[in-house]
Amino acid sequence: MKKKILIVDDEPNIVMSLEYTFKKQDFEVYIARDGSEALEILKTQTPDVILLDIMMPNVDGYQTLSYIKSDKNLKDIKVVFLTAKNKASDIEKGLNLGADKYLTKPFSVKKIVSEIMELVA
Amino acid sequence: MSNYALVVIIVLYLAVLFYIAFIAEKKRQSKWVNNPYVYTLSLAVYCSAWTYYGSVGIAANSGINFLTIYLGPVIAAPLWITVLRKIIRISKQHKISSIADFISVRYGNNRFLGALVTGICLIGTLPYISLQLKAVSETFEIMSDDTSYISTSIIDDSTFYVALLLAIFAAFFGTQNTDASEKHKGIIASVAFESIIKLLFFLIIGVYVTFYLFNGTTDIYNKISKIDNLIPLTTIDSLEEGFNWLFTMGLSFMAIFLLPRQFQVAVLENNREKHLKHAIWMFPLYLLLFNVFVIFIAWAGKLSFGNTQNAEYYTLFLPLEQGHSFLATLVFLGGFSAVISMVIVSTLALSTMVSNNLIIPYGFLDKFIKNQPERNSKYIKNIRRISIFSIIIVAYFFYISFSKELSLYSIGLISFTIIAQLAPSFFIGLYWNRGSARAAIIGMVVGTLTVLYTLVLPFTLDAFVGKDSFTQLGLFGVEALRPYALFGLDFLSPPAHAFFWSITFNVMFYLVFSLIYKGNYRERNYAEMYVDSKNFTTLQDSALVWKGEAYVNDIKNVLIRFLGEYRANRALNIFFTKYKLPQDTQLADARLINFSEKLLTGSIGAASAKILIASVVKEEQISLVEVLKILEESKENIVNNKMLLEQSQELSQLSSQLKQANNELIVKDRQKDEFLDTVAHELKTPITGIRAATELLMDEDDDMPKEIKQQFLKNILQDSDRLGRLINNILDFEKLETGRLNLDVNRNDICSTISKAISSLNHIAAKKEIRIIKKNKSQLYLEYDEDRILQVLTNLLSNALKFCAPKTGEIVVDYSVFKEHIEVSVSDNGKGIPEEDHDYIFDKFYQSQHQNTIKPQGSGLGLAITKQIIEKHHGKIWAKKGLKNGASLVFTLPFK
Repeated sequence: MKKKILIVDDEPNIVMSLEYTFKKQDFEVYIARDGSEALEILKTQTPDVILLDIMMPNVDGYQTLSYIKSDKNLKDIKVVFLTAKNKASDIEKGLNLGADKYLTKPFSVKKIVSEIMELVA
Repeated sequence: MSNYALVVIIVLYLAVLFYIAFIAEKKRQSKWVNNPYVYTLSLAVYCSAWTYYGSVGIAANSGINFLTIYLGPVIAAPLWITVLRKIIRISKQHKISSIADFISVRYGNNRFLGALVTGICLIGTLPYISLQLKAVSETFEIMSDDTSYISTSIIDDSTFYVALLLAIFAAFFGTQNTDASEKHKGIIASVAFESIIKLLFFLIIGVYVTFYLFNGTTDIYNKISKIDNLIPLTTIDSLEEGFNWLFTMGLSFMAIFLLPRQFQVAVLENNREKHLKHAIWMFPLYLLLFNVFVIFIAWAGKLSFGNTQNAEYYTLFLPLEQGHSFLATLVFLGGFSAVISMVIVSTLALSTMVSNNLIIPYGFLDKFIKNQPERNSKYIKNIRRISIFSIIIVAYFFYISFSKELSLYSIGLISFTIIAQLAPSFFIGLYWNRGSARAAIIGMVVGTLTVLYTLVLPFTLDAFVGKDSFTQLGLFGVEALRPYALFGLDFLSPPAHAFFWSITFNVMFYLVFSLIYKGNYRERNYAEMYVDSKNFTTLQDSALVWKGEAYVNDIKNVLIRFLGEYRANRALNIFFTKYKLPQDTQLADARLINFSEKLLTGSIGAASAKILIASVVKEEQISLVEVLKILEESKENIVNNKMLLEQSQELSQLSSQLKQANNELIVKDRQKDEFLDTVAHELKTPITGIRAATELLMDEDDDMPKEIKQQFLKNILQDSDRLGRLINNILDFEKLETGRLNLDVNRNDICSTISKAISSLNHIAAKKEIRIIKKNKSQLYLEYDEDRILQVLTNLLSNALKFCAPKTGEIVVDYSVFKEHIEVSVSDNGKGIPEEDHDYIFDKFYQSQHQNTIKPQGSGLGLAITKQIIEKHHGKIWAKKGLKNGASLVFTLPFK
């Protein structure tokens, strides 16, 4: 059974790299350009892991995660923040909200893959 | 005129005065009562019956000598601005209520000195008052038809009743307040009124005599010059006469300060120091007017009556002789006015001294301590009322027994000479801090004894016994001790002679004993407060050096006895608030002692106040050196405190400015942090894209399809462009925000600028199949920096392009002209801008002010830069509200 990953980011170029990478790792890849799109997808899909940006239009990453954690059908999904925000206070806030990992941009594709694999193994 | 008619006139006139005093007392704050004119007119209490009648008498007998009595005050008047002002200031500061208080406080609040001054004032003033009564009695007699009328007993002597009425008047308006340092506005108003009356009526009789009875001044002069003894009446013929003049002027110079009634009106009743400025020229003018006709009336009288009538009453005899009894009545009333004001003010001043410096400190203090507060205040008032009656009655008996034989002029001069004995301790003490109490007492006693020996004694002997061996040959036949020619000084007139010797001895003893006895620390303390009054005004209650143990409660109990519970508590509250002390302070300090003494001084006099307070506190002795040191320090402290206060005000101002600057810096610093944070974030986004794509492309194990490879390379290119743009924007923005960007303003056609902007973006629009329409195609020239406005338009257009759907998208650029500006709008039919974002789409990045992570699309620096450029052109930019769909951004450019 294929692992499912939901990539939530408003930057198409970054999304493209991530999509290519995880497809190669044999993931079923879903893409959302902001929080609201992500939540829309989550109505029908239950991915194994969500790769979540923080700064996005309309609904940001924190709000999205809070929503996920408040839904009992979704709260067990692993969530990894992938963001350019790297202040200690941001990281703390993200982890406190219940994120499994907090990764920062710019990233190494290999590193992201190994971190995600570790989570879904 | 009948006796009854005269009595009715007197009573009516007194009623008018009562009414004036009553109204003035009722309207104490009115400007009719508190003005420099009333003050100056009240000073004219100086002009008593002696002036009114006596001057003419002297002028008739000894020529222009009468002028000396007025020249002294005229010389003194300019000095008032410094000397009298200082005296007034000190008196207010110490709540002085009489000249006895003033002198005794200067010498360490010496009780005996106060009593001595009171005694001298009584000796000097009582005969003077009796002289006024004599004038009333004699003028009454002249006015009355009943020429044989001679009072045989007190009961039918009208003068006695007049004296009683005056006592009632003085007692009623003089003791309204227990605190004698309070102003007596009623009495002062009536005195001012009387001063007008007496001057007016005297001028009327002067004009009448000179221009009605005679043909002007020349006529009188021509006629009198035919009488042989004229020359001594109009000139000073020798050096000896010159000395007489000099000393008599000196006498009157001192009298204008020291006479109890003058001290009362000039110092104690002074409302505002600035009234002095008017008084120094108006008072001499008043005296001048009063004296204009004196010599002519005197000559006229001499021409009409020779030596058959008493020259002092020429002013009455002249109109009566012509049958002008109405005119004579006016003169009589004027003289009566002069009498009333002198008697009332003198009695008031004396009674305060008698009660506060004689009776209370020497007899009644113990009684007061045991009494109820309400009764004390009544007691004090009663003591003063009884004093007033006693003084007037004693003066009346003095008149009955002695004055009938004496002239107005001679008694006046004797009074002046006695009062002058206060001068050395008064004037020197004001400017020399070494003058001591013992020296003051010795000087005064010696001086007064000298006057008694050289003037009063021979004078009374002359009057009652006639020339005797004592006056002729001197005491025990020693020639050097002849009373009128002491130590052989035989060329002066008796008053000038007595004045010369008494003042010489007085000053000598005062100086010598001041140098021998230093006086104790308390004396020196008060001396400093007087001499250096300017500095000590700022020290206020701290000026008294006091060491020892005292309790607030004990002092409060004393205060309550005299002021009552309510006033005592209120006074203490004020004290505690003034010095920022807690209301429940237990231990009293020097300031409270001084404050309390002053509170009591007005009611019971300085000496009694000191004794009372001293009775409830335990004072330690301090050395003179210590006192001087403490005083010096407190003076320095005041100067230092002032400087410190100024400095601390400056500092606090600076520190608040600093605080503000710091706050601004903090805000700026936070904004800078946020800005950097956002810039970093924005830069990271394309870098992340580039890095990830590059990593994927570099993976040689991966056989990436060619078109994907192409796409990644394209992405890298795009992200690199984005990075470049971002960096340019940051630099632009920084320049705009710090104001370092200078606009290159020229005359341009807005229409062509719009066209240029559209054409630069045409290829992108074409790719998305979006139409860009230019609505207003007419030319319009105005001043702006075309490159920058192009940047603005390109920015707005590319934002619009970003949000428009391909194919259906439509962008309209339009401009309209207003009176002072044009409005350019860029509208699209895209998804629009949420209303809540309108306020901050122009912020640099979007979240620098609003700490949120929601990113509106089209964010970045573009709109922030746009806004800066427009504002630099003095225009405005905003997003149109209330659109159903699409967005419309509008900016204005002013014509000038």
